Amino acid sequence: MPVLSYVAIPRSGAKNELLKVLNSMEYCEAFPADNEDILVLVTDTPDKNTDKELHAQLENLPTLESLSMTFGYNDEQPLGEGDGYEGQ
Amino acid sequence: MKVNRRSFIKSAAATSAMATAASLFPGVSFAGWKKLEGASGMISWQKAPCRFCGTGCGVLVGVSGDRAVAVKGDPNCSVNKGLCCIKGYHSVQALYGKDRLTKAKVRKNGKMVTVPIKEALDVIAAKIKETIDKHGKDSVAMYGSGQWTIPDGYVASKLFKGCLGTNNVEANARLCMASAVTGFMTSFGIDEPMGCYEDIEHADVMVTWGNNMAEMHPVLFSRMLASRKRKKDVTIIDLATRTTRSSQASDKSILFIPNTDLAIANAICYEIIRNGWVNKSFIKNHTTFHKGKTNIGYGTEDHFSFKDKPEDISFQDYKNFLKDYTPEKVEKISGVSARDIKYLASLYGDPTKKVTSFWCMGMNQHVRGTWINNLVYNIHLLTGKISTPGNSPFSLTGQPSACGTVREVGTLTHKLPYGVVMKQKAREKAEKIWDLPAGSIDPKPTYHTVEMFRALDRGDIRFMWIQVTNPMVTMPNLNRYRNGALREDRFVVVSDVYPTPTTDIADVILPAAMWIEQEGMYGNSERRTQHFDEIVPPPGEAMSDTWQIIEVARRLGFKKQFPWSKDDYIGPLWEEYRRFHDNPKHNMASYKVLKARSGVQWPFVNGKETRWRFNPKYDPACKKGSKFDFYGKKDGKAWIWARPYEPAAESPDQEYNFWLCTGRVIEHWHTGSMTRRVPILHEAMPESYVEINPEDAMDLGVVNGEKVKIVSRRGTVTMKASINGRGVPPRGTVFVPFFDESYLINEVTLDAFCPISKQADYKKCAVRLEKV
Repeated sequence: MPVLSYVAIPRSGAKNELLKVLNSMEYCEAFPADNEDILVLVTDTPDKNTDKELHAQLENLPTLESLSMTFGYNDEQPLGEGDGYEGQ
Repeated sequence: MKVNRRSFIKSAAATSAMATAASLFPGVSFAGWKKLEGASGMISWQKAPCRFCGTGCGVLVGVSGDRAVAVKGDPNCSVNKGLCCIKGYHSVQALYGKDRLTKAKVRKNGKMVTVPIKEALDVIAAKIKETIDKHGKDSVAMYGSGQWTIPDGYVASKLFKGCLGTNNVEANARLCMASAVTGFMTSFGIDEPMGCYEDIEHADVMVTWGNNMAEMHPVLFSRMLASRKRKKDVTIIDLATRTTRSSQASDKSILFIPNTDLAIANAICYEIIRNGWVNKSFIKNHTTFHKGKTNIGYGTEDHFSFKDKPEDISFQDYKNFLKDYTPEKVEKISGVSARDIKYLASLYGDPTKKVTSFWCMGMNQHVRGTWINNLVYNIHLLTGKISTPGNSPFSLTGQPSACGTVREVGTLTHKLPYGVVMKQKAREKAEKIWDLPAGSIDPKPTYHTVEMFRALDRGDIRFMWIQVTNPMVTMPNLNRYRNGALREDRFVVVSDVYPTPTTDIADVILPAAMWIEQEGMYGNSERRTQHFDEIVPPPGEAMSDTWQIIEVARRLGFKKQFPWSKDDYIGPLWEEYRRFHDNPKHNMASYKVLKARSGVQWPFVNGKETRWRFNPKYDPACKKGSKFDFYGKKDGKAWIWARPYEPAAESPDQEYNFWLCTGRVIEHWHTGSMTRRVPILHEAMPESYVEINPEDAMDLGVVNGEKVKIVSRRGTVTMKASINGRGVPPRGTVFVPFFDESYLINEVTLDAFCPISKQADYKKCAVRLEKV
C-alpha cells in the first residue's frame, strides 16, 4: 500500500485547475501553497500496480508542468525488495 | 482526535513534501494544510541527529511499537529548524532492509558459518592475543569511521592505544577530513571551525570552494538560498571543477582546472594586497607569516614520510612570493579569467561585506589539501574576516561524527582524546584517566590509513577489525588493498549492518546495531555534540560497536578499564571521556545536558555554548582585553602561509587524456550500503554513471546511456554515460559517483595523498575513455 508525496508544479496560470483535477482523482489528496505556484500531492494507493497506473495518469495531465517525488513508503512490499541485494 | 498509522504516514509524507518545497521556494506557506501531528497516542517521537552527513540535522523519529515508522525535522534543532533532505526523510527505512545482518558469522574451513555472537567475540579476542604473541603489538589494527559514535571511537582508542599499547587506530575520516585538521593545526594550532551555521544568515557573500552543497549539504544550502531570498544583496559564488546543481542555483559559477585552486587563492591574496584591501591592524596584531617546504611529493610509494619545516618570513617576503600569482599569470594556470579572479578578490576585499567560505571534500581530498586549507585561511586573515558573525572560513564535514569521534576523540594513529601520542603530558593524562600503568601508550605513531592498508598487504599488519565503514569500496587504488586483505595469514573482522564487499573479505562478521538502535553521540561540523537514545531495539543478536569492543576488551583481561554494565554504559563512559576536555578551550556539556537538548556546541563553559571561537565577545577562553585571541598558537597569532601552486600527482597526458573526479549524489550515502536498501532512494538513483561533457561525448561517438570504459594505469570500469545530466563536467574531465558497488570506481583511482595530512586525493587522476 504505497504512500507517496510530491511537489507538483502547474503550468503557468493553471494552479487552481490542477488542484481541482488532482483532488477529483481517486487516491490523490492535494493542497496548494498560499504564496507560490506550487502544490503538494499525497497519493495513497492499494498496491504497486495501481500506483504505477496513477503515476501514468498524472504524467499526462495537461495542467501539470512537473512532479518531484519527496517521500515514499510501502508497507505492502518487504523493505529492501527490488534493490538488488536479495539473497546476499 | 485519533489518527491511524496510515493517516499518520500520509501526514509525514505531506510534511516531507512541504519541507522540500520550502527548500525550493524559501518562505513558501501551506496554511491550509490540516496538521495531524501530535494527534495520535500510537506514535511517540524521540530526538536524534540524522546519520547521513556531517551537517547534523536534528530529526524526530516516530515510533510505533518496536518499529521506527517516520521521520520529521526537529524544529528545536538550530541546525535544520525542522527541515530535512531526502535521505533524512527516508532514514528510518534504512533500518529495515530484508538482508540485515542479525547473526555473527565465522569463517570455518573456508566457509562463513553462523555462530552465536559470544563465540564470534571469543574468536576475535583469541586471534588478537595470538597475533600479538606471534608478531608483536603493532600487528593488530582497528579501522573505524566518522560514522562511529563518540563512545565507539572512545573505547576503540582506549583498548588499542591504552590497553594493547599500539597506535594502530585509524578511521575513514582520514580520507575525508585530515587535510581540514592539518589546515587548522598549521594555521591556528587548534582544530575545528571557529564559526557556526548561523554565519549563513549573517553573510553577504558565500563562496563554495569545490563543494556541491546543493547535493552534499542540502539543508545548509537551503539556508543559504533562504538567506539570499530574505535579504537584499546576498551573493553566492560556486567555484568548482564541474557544473552542478550548486552552480545552477548560485549567482555565479566559476570553473577551474583541477588542483589550481592553490594558484587562485594566492591570486586573490595578491589582488587584496595590490588594492589596499588588507586589514592592516588585524594582520599586525593577530597574524604572523611563514613558509614551509616545497616539492613535497605525493606519497604513492610505501613507507613515504614527510616532515614540514616551517620558517618565519616577513610580510614583504610574502608579498614577493605572491608576485608569481598575478591574476593574468593564474588565468593561464587555472583557466579562470583574470577578470573573475579580480571579481572574487573584490568580494573578499570589500570592507562592507561579510564573507563566508565553505568547503569539504574538494579541498580536503587534495594532494595539497593542507596547503589549500591554509591559503583560504590566508584570504580571511588578510582581510580580518574571521571569527565574527558572517565572516567565516568554514570547513564542512562529510560524516555525522568525523569531528565528534575522529577529531575530538582522536581516533587517528597520532592522536589521543587530548593531544598527541608524541607528547608525554598527553600520554600521562590518558594513562591516568584510563587507569593504566605509566608507559602503556607508545610515543610513536604507526600507520595512517593508506599506509595501514599497505601494511596489511605487506604483512606488517596481520589482524584488522573494521567497524562502520566499507573500505573494499572506498580505498583508492582498490585492487591492491583488496588483494592485500585476502592474503594468507591475514585475519579481518568486520562489524556492519548489511553485507558489503568488505564483509565479503571478512573472517568474522559481527552484526551491528545501527544508528538509533543504540545510545550514542555524534559531533557535527559546527562543534555540536548530539546525543541520541536507543529508540528501537537492534535486530537479532546485533550489538552496538561500543559494546562489541567492550566485550572483546574484557575477554583480553581489561575488565578494570571497561567496568560498565550493559544497561548503563554510555553515561559513565561519556563522563569519563569529557575529563580529557576539561578546559575552557574545549569543555563539553554533561551527559544530562546532552540528553535534554538537540545538540550542544563546545566549548560549553558555565552553561553557555560558544558560537564563534577566538573572539572574546563570544569565547570565554580568549585573553581578556584582546580583540582576537588565536589561542591555539603560543603567541595568540594565526599563521599566514606562503604555499605555492604545485600540480596534481597525475595529470592527463596523451595516453590518459581525461581528469577523473569522484564524489557523491544526494540520494545515497557514501557506498550506498544503507540508502540503496531504501526502495524510493534506490529507484530515484538506481546505478552509478560517468558524467561526460557533451562535446567530448560527441567526439567519442557516445550518446546518453551508452556504455563507456574508463581506463587508468590501475584498473578499469565500464558504465553508462550521463550527458547533460544533473552535473556537467568541462571538456577533458569526467565525474563518477562512488555509491554503487557494482561499479568499483576506486579500482581506477590513485592512492596519492597530501604529504602533511595523509588524506588521499579522490578528485584527480588521469584516465582515458573507450566506447564499448
